[in-house]
Amino acid sequence: MADVNRGNRPLSPHLQIYRPQLNSATSILNRITGIALLGGAVLVVWWLMAAATSEAYFNFVDGLMTCFVGDVLMTLCVLALWYHALAGVRHLVWDMGYGLDPDDSDKMGWGIIIGSVALTFLTIITI
Amino acid sequence: MALMTDRKRVIGLGSAKSGTDHFWKTTITAVALLIITPMFLFSFGPLLGEPYADVQAALSRPFPAVSAALMLIVGFYHFRLGIQMVIEDYMQGLSRKIAIIVMACISYGLMAFGLVSLAQIAL
Repeated sequence: MADVNRGNRPLSPHLQIYRPQLNSATSILNRITGIALLGGAVLVVWWLMAAATSEAYFNFVDGLMTCFVGDVLMTLCVLALWYHALAGVRHLVWDMGYGLDPDDSDKMGWGIIIGSVALTFLTIITI
Repeated sequence: MALMTDRKRVIGLGSAKSGTDHFWKTTITAVALLIITPMFLFSFGPLLGEPYADVQAALSRPFPAVSAALMLIVGFYHFRLGIQMVIEDYMQGLSRKIAIIVMACISYGLMAFGLVSLAQIAL
């Protein structure tokens, strides 16, 4: 292990060099939605804390989360959640060794984009 | 040292010296969240905008309370694992260590605030 060549190895081309593809875009979006969901989680925890504190404070936080901006934010959170879930399923499929060729990857890419929008509509209609 | 082969020295350790543990924990929580997320969405979603008394009553029932508790525990744990991977990709040295510790504190902190609030409502 000591004589491993650490300085002169060829590097794989990075983001600035690669042509943008559906595969990279959906992967980057998966990471972004994962990070963004922290925002949604903070709001939900804040709401729970308010519900455990007092009726007046609950009404204030609940009002914020169900006003127009709150509704838009919550809808975006649901979209991010479904997107991240479906993109995660794609990773589980990949991990099992299926769907790794470009055609299947692209199909699954469109699948998670269309699927997450569809599931978001379904969720909003049901709730 | 001389009696140890390279393979013996590295087997099961991986580049981060803990093998595939991080990846495997992420996978377990990901699969768990596929079940927990719909449970949580469809029990928590309808409560938004409901009167205070109705929310208290709903979160006192086992299914909504357990859904929320599981979402808090597994969700924040999955987030902690994921955000560590993101930090390790983009940051180096001391700032990397600080970022990982800060995000771990935020994840477990929010998890604790959520769980205690839930317990106060449910119990």
